[in-house]
Amino acid sequence: MQSTAAVSVSASATASRGGARSEAARRPGGVRVCGLRGEALACPSLRISQSPARLAVARAAATNGAVAGSGGGFDYDLVIIGAGVGGHGAALHAVEEGLKTAIIEGDVVGGTCVNRGCVPSKALLAVSGRMRELHDEHHMKSMGLQVSSPGYDRQGVADHANNLALKIRSNLTNSMKALGVDILTGVGTIVGKQKVRYGKAGSQDKEITARNIIIATGSVPFVPKGIEIDGKTVFTSDHALKLESVPDWIAIVGSGYIGLEFSDVYTALGSEVTFIEALDQLMPGFDPEIAKLAQRVLINPRKIDYHTGVFASKITPAKDGKPVLIELIDAKTKEHKETLEVDAALIATGRAPFTKGLGLENINVVTQRGFVPVDERMRVMDADGNVVPNLYCIGDANGKLMLAHAASAQGISVVEQISGKDHILNHLSIPAACFTHPEISMVGLTEPQAREKADKEGFEVNVVKTSFKANTKALAENEGDGIAKLIYRPDTGEILGVHILGLHAADLIHEASNAIALGTRVQDIKYAVHAHPTLSEVLDELFKAAKVNSGVSHSVNEPVAA
Amino acid sequence: MATAPAPLSLSASTLPARLRAGAVPAGARWRQARRGRMVVRAKIREIFMPALSSTMTEGKIVSWSAGEGDRVSKGDAVVVVESDKADMDVETFHDGIVAAVLVQAGESAPVGAPIALLAESEEEVPLALAKAQELSNGQPQQAPPAPTEDAAAPPPPPPAPAAAPAPVAAGTKGIASPHAKKLAKQHRVDLAKVTGTGPYGRITSADVEAAAGIQPKSKPAPAAAAPPPVAAPSVGAVPQAAVLPPVPGATVVPFTTMQAAVSKNMVESLAVPAFRVGYPIVTDKLDELYEKVKPKGVTMTVLLAKAAAMALAQHPVVNASCRDGKSFTYNSNINIAVAVAIDGGLITPVLQDADKLDIYLLSQNWKDLVKKARAKQLQPNEYSSGTFTLSNLGMFAVDRFDAILPPGQGAIMAVGASKPTVVADKDGFFSVKSKMLVNVTADHRIVYGADLAAFLQTFAKILEDPESLTL
Repeated sequence: MQSTAAVSVSASATASRGGARSEAARRPGGVRVCGLRGEALACPSLRISQSPARLAVARAAATNGAVAGSGGGFDYDLVIIGAGVGGHGAALHAVEEGLKTAIIEGDVVGGTCVNRGCVPSKALLAVSGRMRELHDEHHMKSMGLQVSSPGYDRQGVADHANNLALKIRSNLTNSMKALGVDILTGVGTIVGKQKVRYGKAGSQDKEITARNIIIATGSVPFVPKGIEIDGKTVFTSDHALKLESVPDWIAIVGSGYIGLEFSDVYTALGSEVTFIEALDQLMPGFDPEIAKLAQRVLINPRKIDYHTGVFASKITPAKDGKPVLIELIDAKTKEHKETLEVDAALIATGRAPFTKGLGLENINVVTQRGFVPVDERMRVMDADGNVVPNLYCIGDANGKLMLAHAASAQGISVVEQISGKDHILNHLSIPAACFTHPEISMVGLTEPQAREKADKEGFEVNVVKTSFKANTKALAENEGDGIAKLIYRPDTGEILGVHILGLHAADLIHEASNAIALGTRVQDIKYAVHAHPTLSEVLDELFKAAKVNSGVSHSVNEPVAA
Repeated sequence: MATAPAPLSLSASTLPARLRAGAVPAGARWRQARRGRMVVRAKIREIFMPALSSTMTEGKIVSWSAGEGDRVSKGDAVVVVESDKADMDVETFHDGIVAAVLVQAGESAPVGAPIALLAESEEEVPLALAKAQELSNGQPQQAPPAPTEDAAAPPPPPPAPAAAPAPVAAGTKGIASPHAKKLAKQHRVDLAKVTGTGPYGRITSADVEAAAGIQPKSKPAPAAAAPPPVAAPSVGAVPQAAVLPPVPGATVVPFTTMQAAVSKNMVESLAVPAFRVGYPIVTDKLDELYEKVKPKGVTMTVLLAKAAAMALAQHPVVNASCRDGKSFTYNSNINIAVAVAIDGGLITPVLQDADKLDIYLLSQNWKDLVKKARAKQLQPNEYSSGTFTLSNLGMFAVDRFDAILPPGQGAIMAVGASKPTVVADKDGFFSVKSKMLVNVTADHRIVYGADLAAFLQTFAKILEDPESLTL
């Protein structure tokens, strides 16, 4: 048990561990303790759950009235506008904290993620992954498998996606109902301080009061000017997920997560794809090295070509016997470059916040490009830059990090605060994943971001990489494509970012994101044991490959208030 | 953990590891034997596949950092090579112009094989290109894919390639699909010289393959809109059970495309364990009905198809098919294919949704189909979408026959002529009734005797009390 010895040596770690205990005692079930044996590993979690501001907030909450249980003349302790994944996460946690909670939904429970996003797209990607395997004769042969001409039934694939969405939606609805969350149907508008009106759009007739309000209205696909959506040949992810057609040739405008995932689906189903990207590089949001490898693995060998550094200034749907026409202009000079003729175009240029009709003007809040301005605690800021009391905004509507699980984490963070426990979510610990084949996942900073930060703050940055090619499990699956990359501080061992491209990367990232969330350092996590042979050994090797300068295990980076 | 993977992680400082690719004067090292044939061209150098590890025997080109025509200087990374362990940037030893890339990105080459030619100056580029030509000719490239059965055997009888989709007048503006462009680059096909046959005159990968002289591989995805196979299949391509010695003095007439398809389908049926069930049907009432609806353009074929479809609706297993030997494929539609003899061949136009449409609509559809069949203008979905086949030889006074099951269907019905027959009823009274014999052949993997019998009973009931047909 060399590892245990190594982690528990430092004196300060022992000291702060005491803090962790008392904290845990005060908040039964509250502190999330890292499941690893070494208790010292849990200490850094204090950094998140505890901060000097904590007591002040607790006091503030106390002056507001009782922390738990409705009272003070309010209908609810918490009203959440929008029942997407963010609202759902917040509602569940609110019930756990003993808050009387209602959730208002004008469309369907589950929001974008469940109905028009992550969930149905995973069903399509599950199909595309299998199609890819079955069509890869070389791959099959090398494993000794014989498959004859696999095909698919478009409607069957579409039904699979739809059924999955229905199932997850009903699971979500049931979980809230079972816990006693009131699901109110209609569009919610904030009519004043701690007051919400809801009902059918235009004739909202019911009004409720709430001690606290969370805005969680999410986002809709963003369609740039000049693009005409007809839902058949020019469409957004909302339509594409219904898989009403599989065009011979589809242009995908935007090469982010959404575009990339759809390129995976469409090429697996037999389409050819043309990417249109405004920036000079495909996959601009990713770590450049990962993007380069992704291009090599996910773009070049497939029936995909691309135009970078261009805007689609005008897209006309197919009609009158003409194909879809896409006018491309240079992103910098705005000069016309060429006109593409394709069978369909998917607009995947990002998402715009859905915050209209929220009544923000009633409380002097001005949106910024549609986003609701918030501070680091998700408290809504008014036009004068002051915090609006008892009003929070989470998820895509605040634009901090437009991911379903980020919304949910923000919601939980807000509920913590209104229950009297200060909490600031560390957004750098939130992982992201792109479910192509193979998958891409990341957490924390990209290499250029880390180097910029290092230059500014005067520390050194190291990068280590491991390959899936050396992993037994990956080779057994004949899926050796991929790398994992760790960006860290050699002086302290702090993990700054981890990026993975490879088989099941989306599932592998959590070891790294948990380490960042809990403040676990490389020199500590490298002693954690991984089952052999598993893909997780790719990360195991990654941590082991990292060299931390000082032999002494540093404790937490900053002093912890006990 | 004895087999724990050896740490192969490459630290940032060493990745991308740069390996110097040897670029040696042509012929100096690689394949000495070849030297005799080569003119001296000291200024053209080969870039060869480097050995990136002691265990590496061949490498895959991940990407070319330098393209043909690019000027490179000593030390520039020109190519990324994937070995059994890692990807490495490979740099050149010499200045020059990349004249010809011999191994394209995505392809593999053995260690030591030339992967590109480097010319020292512009003047040497044509020389290098000539050499590239020579290299690729001299080396037996992978043998041209032998004509496989996929390539040659068309799906069910395609009517002689009906007017190949004429390039749209406006078309061929040089628009090529992404894959077509990739293929063109790979096979060095000049897209400007390719005529597009795809939608809107677009150049498709098939066009490029045709221009490059490559046999199109059978398209894996369900190619509903795929153009009919270009290459006319020869008789030899159809897998024959055995080829008998030629008969002296006999005339040999090769099969037409349609005949070859029929032959192939019939041979394929041998792999299906078929069985037959016959059933007598009294048709007096049916004949009466027929006389009534005949002036409205309804034929006996349509009445029989409609009756079969109604019966199939009640016995879906007879409308199913067995595609993989392991499962039932239940069809969502009931499409009755009707065998029609046409000049020199046989085709099966399909009455789609025969259970749902009324006999008048079906008759109209049937008329159109027959017209198209004679003009050889049936579209693939009009002759290949059948889920059950009807074959009627009654007009020749055939009293019974049995049919061969077409591939992809579970059953086929053979209908004989209706003839006055003496029948005895249960009380022993004799009378003369019109009687017709039908005989159904079915795939016993999915349709069992009792299924077929029950289906026939339903079918007979419908015909013997045919009022429901007109509903």
